[in-house]
Amino acid sequence: MTMLAKDISLHLSGFDLLRNISLEVEAGKVTAIVGPNGAGKSSLLKVLTGDMPATKGAVYLNNRLLTQWLPLEKAQMLAVLPQHTLLNFSFTADEVVGLGRIPHQTGIIKDKQIIAEALDWVDASYLQRRFYTQMSGGEKQRVQLARVLAQIWQSSALGDQFLVLDEPTSAFDLSHQKLTLDIVRQLANKGVGVVMVVHDLNLAARCADNLVVIDGGLIVAQGSSEAVLTETLIEDVFGVKAIISEHPITKRPLVIT
Amino acid sequence: MRHFSAARLIGILVILLPVVALLSLTVGTVSISWVEALSAVFGNSSSTQIDTILFDIRLPRILLAIFVGAVLASTGAVMQGLFRNPLADPSLIGVSSGASVGASIMIVTAGGAIQGGALVGLSLVSIGAFVGGFTATLLVYRLATSGLGTSVTTMLLAGIAIGALAGALNSLLSYFSDNDMLRQISLWQMGNLSGASWLKVFIMGVVAVLLMSLFPRDSKALNALLLGESEARHLGINVQRVKRRLIVLTALGVGVSVAVAGLVGFVGLIMPHIIRLMIGPDHRWLIPASGLAGAVLLVIADSLARVVVTPAELPTGILTAILGAPFFVVLLLQQRKDF
Repeated sequence: MTMLAKDISLHLSGFDLLRNISLEVEAGKVTAIVGPNGAGKSSLLKVLTGDMPATKGAVYLNNRLLTQWLPLEKAQMLAVLPQHTLLNFSFTADEVVGLGRIPHQTGIIKDKQIIAEALDWVDASYLQRRFYTQMSGGEKQRVQLARVLAQIWQSSALGDQFLVLDEPTSAFDLSHQKLTLDIVRQLANKGVGVVMVVHDLNLAARCADNLVVIDGGLIVAQGSSEAVLTETLIEDVFGVKAIISEHPITKRPLVIT
Repeated sequence: MRHFSAARLIGILVILLPVVALLSLTVGTVSISWVEALSAVFGNSSSTQIDTILFDIRLPRILLAIFVGAVLASTGAVMQGLFRNPLADPSLIGVSSGASVGASIMIVTAGGAIQGGALVGLSLVSIGAFVGGFTATLLVYRLATSGLGTSVTTMLLAGIAIGALAGALNSLLSYFSDNDMLRQISLWQMGNLSGASWLKVFIMGVVAVLLMSLFPRDSKALNALLLGESEARHLGINVQRVKRRLIVLTALGVGVSVAVAGLVGFVGLIMPHIIRLMIGPDHRWLIPASGLAGAVLLVIADSLARVVVTPAELPTGILTAILGAPFFVVLLLQQRKDF
């Protein structure tokens, strides 16, 4: 099943942030969204996840209008990691990840186990009892990633699950960037549909099954990264001259600027 | 590291509260030994005079202190969670300033009617305070609510605006009142439990039990809200409904508290803060622990208010701040050391 945006437009205080966007996010696939600053990537995520109602068009989650799911049902299928989370209260990492279990009634013992495994997956076990407020930016972001992973840890009887990530790697060093890509790939293999906004084109090219390029509130290209990433497109959209090569190992497109 | 586990702190407070309450029964202008107090409470009293002091004066007052303290501190914890601001307090939603105006209007306009003027056993000042507090909250809430939901930022600003307006109205009323009214207004604003009656205890008790039994169902939602509203929504929380429910409950709780005890400051702001420093921000523990601690603090403060200047009394609100502030400073210093 899918997460589906059908012909959505978003007007906000006189500006067209999104124009007639149709996007299908398939379960078990990784969809990466790229585009210049202000292109409408975050707006698209907001409409897709129900944070903002579209001015026109509709969003469907597993063949049902997103707004028709109960909040709790939606939370069991769709987890969202925002770009920044302002948390000024001294929860421990354990407790933050535990928040991801709120939509589920699995009991304390099971939840504890999931929390520990989720933290371990994002290489943050050592943070377990540390205070969120005293962590570095990358550590905070990893703990938040563990939180959304814990939210969709077990498959749901209601339908396929989706994970939406807004620039998940922006605060990460190289090893944690790679770790994130591995996690995303493993999730997709488990059947989760992943949507992520990324700035690094090479990162996007490496992980995306479907690469979506947005500019000026419009989808200007989408498809496999080989088909989408061309020198003309990069010059048109980003205004930068680039050379497209091939990664010697992954054989994915490599953008050199 | 946290210094206390939540269960341990709540356990200590549960034991501490009755002990403090019993000790409080023994202190006052007439001192009664705790043996006498205990035996009177369990039905074999030694004299009718002691009975009168205990059951007509001290016991209702102590129970009122427990309920008011619990309500102020637990609603404080709820508001700080809802506003994601550890410096928020129940007065932010306009309830205290509105109540203050309501009470002042009654004191100034009803003038002589106050002593005798009572409706179903409650003074007109209490009723004025409750109506004023509730109206102000409603106004703040409506100002901040649009088709998109209630914005807590707008609520904060609306609360400040309404607070400023109420402050001006209060000054205006003070300006036109005579010496006696002025004294009544300022005494009321300091918060005082000396007007305790069994009717007030009953009303306050019902409100306290209602709040304490309804808050737990939203404590997980409050935890999620600390991440942000959008994040809470993605965790399956119906944010708008939770917000409305908690604001109405807070307005009710603080409105009634202010009506029966005046403006007892400090408890709602600092008590949840102190508890959070000790056991962390998880509302499942924070709300009940704050409630218990608020009750303990107010009972102690009120006991002292009765004895420090015998045979006269101090307003309770002065003592809550005198007691709580140094404790808070010590905790802050300790926390600074931990960093």
